[in-house]
Amino acid sequence: MINKEQTLLMNQSKKGRKAINLPSIGVPETSLPDSKFLRKDIELPEVAQLDLIRYFTNLSSLNYSIDTNFYPLGSCTMKYNPKINEQISAIKGFASSHPNQSDENIQGNLEIMYDLQNELGEITGLPAVSLAPLAGAQGEYAGLLIAREYHNHNNQKNRNIALIPDSAHGTNPASASMAGLDAVTIKTTNEGDIDLEDLKNKVNENVCVLMLTLPSTLGLFEPNILEITKIIHDNGGLVYADGANLNALLGITKFGELGIDICHSNLHKTFSTPHGGGGPGSGPVMVAKFLEKYLPYPHIKKDGGKFIQYKPEFSVGRLNGFYGSFGILVRAYAYIRSLGAEGLREISENAIINANYIQERLKEHYELTSSRRCMHETVLSASKQKEDGVKAIDIAKKLLDEGFHAPTMYFPLIVEEALMIEPTESESKETIDKFITAMIKISELSKTNPDEITNAPLNLPVERLDEAQAARNPVLAWEKK
Amino acid sequence: MKNSPYIPSTDLDQKEMLQTIGAKTFKDLLNDVPKKMLFPALELKEALSEQELVEFFELMANNNFASKSISSFMGGGAYNHYIPSTVKSMIQRGEFLTSYTPYQPEASQGTLQVGFEFQSMIAQLFDMEVCNAGMYDGPTALAEAALMACRIKRNNTVVIHSSIPEKSLEVIKAYSKWQDIELINYDDMSNDESSEYGCLLVQSPNQYGEIEDVEKLADEIHSKNGLIVQHTYPISLGLLKPPGQLSVDIATAEGQPLGVPVSFGGPFIGLLTCKKEYIRQLPGRIIGQTVDKNNKVSYALTLQTREQHIRRESATSNICTSTQLIGLMVAVYLATMGPNGIKSVAETSYHRAHYFASELDKIDDFKLVSKNFFNEFVIETKIDVSKINKVLLKNNIEGGIDISDKDSNKIMFAVTELNSPEIIRKTIDILGEKID
Repeated sequence: MINKEQTLLMNQSKKGRKAINLPSIGVPETSLPDSKFLRKDIELPEVAQLDLIRYFTNLSSLNYSIDTNFYPLGSCTMKYNPKINEQISAIKGFASSHPNQSDENIQGNLEIMYDLQNELGEITGLPAVSLAPLAGAQGEYAGLLIAREYHNHNNQKNRNIALIPDSAHGTNPASASMAGLDAVTIKTTNEGDIDLEDLKNKVNENVCVLMLTLPSTLGLFEPNILEITKIIHDNGGLVYADGANLNALLGITKFGELGIDICHSNLHKTFSTPHGGGGPGSGPVMVAKFLEKYLPYPHIKKDGGKFIQYKPEFSVGRLNGFYGSFGILVRAYAYIRSLGAEGLREISENAIINANYIQERLKEHYELTSSRRCMHETVLSASKQKEDGVKAIDIAKKLLDEGFHAPTMYFPLIVEEALMIEPTESESKETIDKFITAMIKISELSKTNPDEITNAPLNLPVERLDEAQAARNPVLAWEKK
Repeated sequence: MKNSPYIPSTDLDQKEMLQTIGAKTFKDLLNDVPKKMLFPALELKEALSEQELVEFFELMANNNFASKSISSFMGGGAYNHYIPSTVKSMIQRGEFLTSYTPYQPEASQGTLQVGFEFQSMIAQLFDMEVCNAGMYDGPTALAEAALMACRIKRNNTVVIHSSIPEKSLEVIKAYSKWQDIELINYDDMSNDESSEYGCLLVQSPNQYGEIEDVEKLADEIHSKNGLIVQHTYPISLGLLKPPGQLSVDIATAEGQPLGVPVSFGGPFIGLLTCKKEYIRQLPGRIIGQTVDKNNKVSYALTLQTREQHIRRESATSNICTSTQLIGLMVAVYLATMGPNGIKSVAETSYHRAHYFASELDKIDDFKLVSKNFFNEFVIETKIDVSKINKVLLKNNIEGGIDISDKDSNKIMFAVTELNSPEIIRKTIDILGEKID
């Protein structure tokens, strides 16, 4: 294991080194633009190719990743990213396909997009699909734009409220705010279910949409879902489902059948496309048929034997330069096609069993937020350990030392010292058992030797960071010494 | 037997786990799901084996012209540049590819240091003080820059220069529609000295490849108390004066030309840079240098109080990705190129474009209308543009973009180092023949 400091490229740089040979100009030269437009010098590193490869390879070894470690990061669905999907997205006919090419020369791409629209529509029960959004947050924003445009079109411009449970992801209120909606918080119960009384009190003729995460951020299925969607619909509002947790629902139930009007899905979660250390993502938005005419463009349809792009009649507009995260769409479609309906249902089945197994085996050692069966993830609290001076963050760091990535910490906000654990379907019982053993060991250690936990990590490339200093005195780029 | 090769649990494993849980069947775990809506039929296409999957996608890819293209002159926001072997090999490393956002910095120093290198090299290429870790793509970076400028200036009027392409304008509209932001054309900007604006958006090289006098526009909007936002083509900065030397306050770009395939328009990466004084209004992830307990230099996400997971509805944006993997490609690309490489790519693109343009201008039916351009130019012609492109396609060459208007037929070509002198001469020969 490489554990020494990796010198920044600019500090390795020496004039006269290079990492590549490039072709010469090869044609008669033209005079350059006026000197007032010309650059004098550029400061970039000069390194030899081997040193460059060694640098980045050594840096990669400082990371935890799915390919090297169990990554039970709640709400992030860190499942295996099949290698074949990488290979397929790199096929020349896709990778060199230019987005300004005309429809007749990109029929392969359009057919894939058309088929993926249909498959995602069928999986969620919301048949009208736009693949344009570039990430979950943009999918949320697209969904809210659709809701706003729908009300606008029905002469209900007044509807400017988004109801958002207090257990929601931060992107929900942030997206609402970008869509010019006032975020009104709905209380949830101790188990993260919507407080029906609070919902009834706050629903009114100005409500545009309810944003709901299903299963909830506590990993539980909302038991009153049908009543909730009815309350909103009776008041003329729409229901939006944040599909961050869709990995629990494949072939289990469909958003569309539960009265949900709009949802998004994170292809980099449920549909296995790699997280890449923080993107690129993709966040298609799925809507009921009556909302199809508001979808972002370009949207793909089949006309005779040909696939064509078009702008829906009352489209909310264009969300990015071209068609969305096409390379990611190809990977997700390859994943869906490699599994089919049965394979997809198995995902959720195994994800749910794995999560419940962890919950059951850890419930004597950590405080449970709910005694109900969970879906694809379980939220524990380190409140018991806190009494011995061990907080959620300490447990997270100790797990890193044990070779496991940490669970999501301190989310949802409504749970004290939250540790949100999502094993996914990708992990074997043996791996899960080792993780459980580590969690139990940490809980016991918290009583006997809490310092060993609060000092962690000790086995990683760096120990705990001074994150306050990073913010107080920001150093955000290489600086000349 | 399972249908998926990606699931390790055997029937026996499942049974043992259900036993521990205290459930007889899987269905017993789903009591909260309405009974009538449980286990719906999924009518999906049949599953394919790995081999069949490859065959299927090869077939699809063959339905794209790109599968047989030998050279492309298409630009308009996405550009074909050579992608070095170093880039292709580094993005295959699973430790980069399959890691998550670096919330646990101790286990993510690789991703974080790469991100810091990315920010450093982009800041240097643009000669701007600060760069974030990456946005979705060029147009969304520009739209977020406009919103950012309005917040800084507390003035919601955005002036759009004619250099901004229609697609970017459409994205800006979708991003600003519900935020009480007014978009006006540059030509409608008031000459009245007391009038003030949030910002002016300009693209240089502009949507037709021409170099704009950004510094002059910067002076103009600064005199009206607004910020100047420049959108640029990052390869051009190997030759042209960078935004930081043109009095630019916020600069954005499509990062794709820096080592990323055109891939039908995505995934790309938006580059967003600014002056340090505006950092608290910058959206997106930012990576900062700090130290660990033992004073060892290390890296972490920083200034997170701007972001959605802390600030919720008051965040600078809802974005939570930095498009990190594409940022890795860009970082490896720039490190591979170095100062001389990026200069070479820019100059080769410039000279080959100008040579191609002047030779086309000599052909009877073609007239070069661009003057002070970088590597993209416009030809006016009497010939139907689709006919021109068809002839080129027959020769497995991807032609230009049809930008004809009601007055005349126009085609826009982009030239890079990937268009060899032989291909350029061949294309000139083909277009020199009569087209009908």
